[in-house]
Amino acid sequence: MIEFRSVKKQFPDGTVAVEDFSLVLPSRKTTVLVGSSGSGKTTLLRMINRMVDLSSGTIEIDGEDTSQLEPVALRRRIGYVMQNSGLLPHLTVVDNVATVPVLNRVPRKRARQDALRLLDTVGLDRALADRYPSQLSGGQQQRVGVARGLAADPNILLMDEPFGAVDPIVRAELQTELLRLQRELDKTVVFVTHDIDEAFLLGDQVVILEKGGRIAQVGSPTEILSAPANEFVATFIGADRGKRELSIRSTPSGDILVDADGRAAGVLVGEPGLIGNPGLIGNPGLVGNSGLIGNPGGVAR
Amino acid sequence: MTWLFNNGDLIGQLVVAHLLIAIPPIILSFVISVPIGWVANRFSWSRGTLLTVLGLLYAIPSLPLFIILPLVIGSGLRDSVNLVVALTLYGIALMVRTSADGLASVDPDVRQSASAVGFSASSQFFRVELPLAGPVLLAGIRVVAVSTISLTTVGAVIGIDSLGSLFTDGFQRGIAVEILTGIVLTIMLALGIDALLVLLGRILMPWVAVNSGRVARRERRRTQRAVTA
Repeated sequence: MIEFRSVKKQFPDGTVAVEDFSLVLPSRKTTVLVGSSGSGKTTLLRMINRMVDLSSGTIEIDGEDTSQLEPVALRRRIGYVMQNSGLLPHLTVVDNVATVPVLNRVPRKRARQDALRLLDTVGLDRALADRYPSQLSGGQQQRVGVARGLAADPNILLMDEPFGAVDPIVRAELQTELLRLQRELDKTVVFVTHDIDEAFLLGDQVVILEKGGRIAQVGSPTEILSAPANEFVATFIGADRGKRELSIRSTPSGDILVDADGRAAGVLVGEPGLIGNPGLIGNPGLVGNSGLIGNPGGVAR
Repeated sequence: MTWLFNNGDLIGQLVVAHLLIAIPPIILSFVISVPIGWVANRFSWSRGTLLTVLGLLYAIPSLPLFIILPLVIGSGLRDSVNLVVALTLYGIALMVRTSADGLASVDPDVRQSASAVGFSASSQFFRVELPLAGPVLLAGIRVVAVSTISLTTVGAVIGIDSLGSLFTDGFQRGIAVEILTGIVLTIMLALGIDALLVLLGRILMPWVAVNSGRVARRERRRTQRAVTA
């Protein structure tokens, strides 16, 4: 469990990145910090592994105050995945993955063997092990980045817009992969993104941030979609534009869900008898129903 | 040409003497310049000051330096240590700026990611920043090497044996072949050391060839085929 207590960050030039932030991030769940630029989301993430030092307040990991821990040792037991992979360009894929174990004085040979197994875990061909990062595609580099983040078998995985720089198809693939990994590995994941759809897809707990790290709303995707706390949240999640208000439309090839503008947004699956049943429209029971393909994508009306 | 055949031994000795004087300054100027380059980048005041002052070392004429150095370091006037120290100073003058530039050229994202995964300051310097600055440092040390090997000949003027002795001796005795031999051998030595440094760079930094140019493109295509297949 990670706990932020009245955390504040003011940079030397006077900018207040985070005003007063308190939050509990439950263990073995994915917490997504989502907000536009200037919301302090990356600063909050980097406070956890002390890449950014607090101006005031405390952060505790499983009851331990991180300010009492040695930063380098702390970082080595927390996985970190960043945008553009952050891989070391002069090391091969396998050595990149083995970086942290080698720093922790695991014998190189064993670290490499473990790294090869991690390549399997993140769905990379072992044939890529001896390549350099520049020889991989963006998506492959990101997978290597995730493998490196997992190499020391940390309890906590910090992910700073890890899929921000890859194309939408690869991003969707990586997101699915992360969900699978999380089911298998059960890490405490802290994920930063500006993409609300990504937040709803990956997050058990979603934190919507306003400027200065003010929490606009915390909750499960279902809670936030069904009851946006205020106008800011409604705008942010697109509810005000009708993007989240889905209705069923019959088409010659079957029933589909459309948003308020009439654009196709998905299909409804579930008990066959229910599909297209007019009685269902506006049924609150459907909110956040996993039967909606693509996870909590909207509220059917 | 008879001179050449009769003096094979002498030439061999001078080549060895030349290398013994030239190689230590090349190594020393690298080892000394890299930390200075790091310090230069570290603080806002230090970069301009250090780089300018040390760069000016190169402006000191060599003959006065040979006279001053014995007074400063307490060596004999004809001691080869004078020459080694003087050449090291010139080497530092050339190498400090390159070192600072090389270390500054390391991608800040890479630096940050290294510290985020838990490199300590020293391991980050030796395992990340130094190797990544490698190509620029190599370019710098190649210039230092060639320049040092050529400057070593100046020692002949103060009586320190090197291939330069062939110029002074040949000039005094009017043997053109001797002068020419000195010139050609100095150039060959410089080219040889340069080639060695390039080779060393290839061995120590295998990723450079891969990351730039044709190899990278070819391998990337192969990777894509392997993955799609």
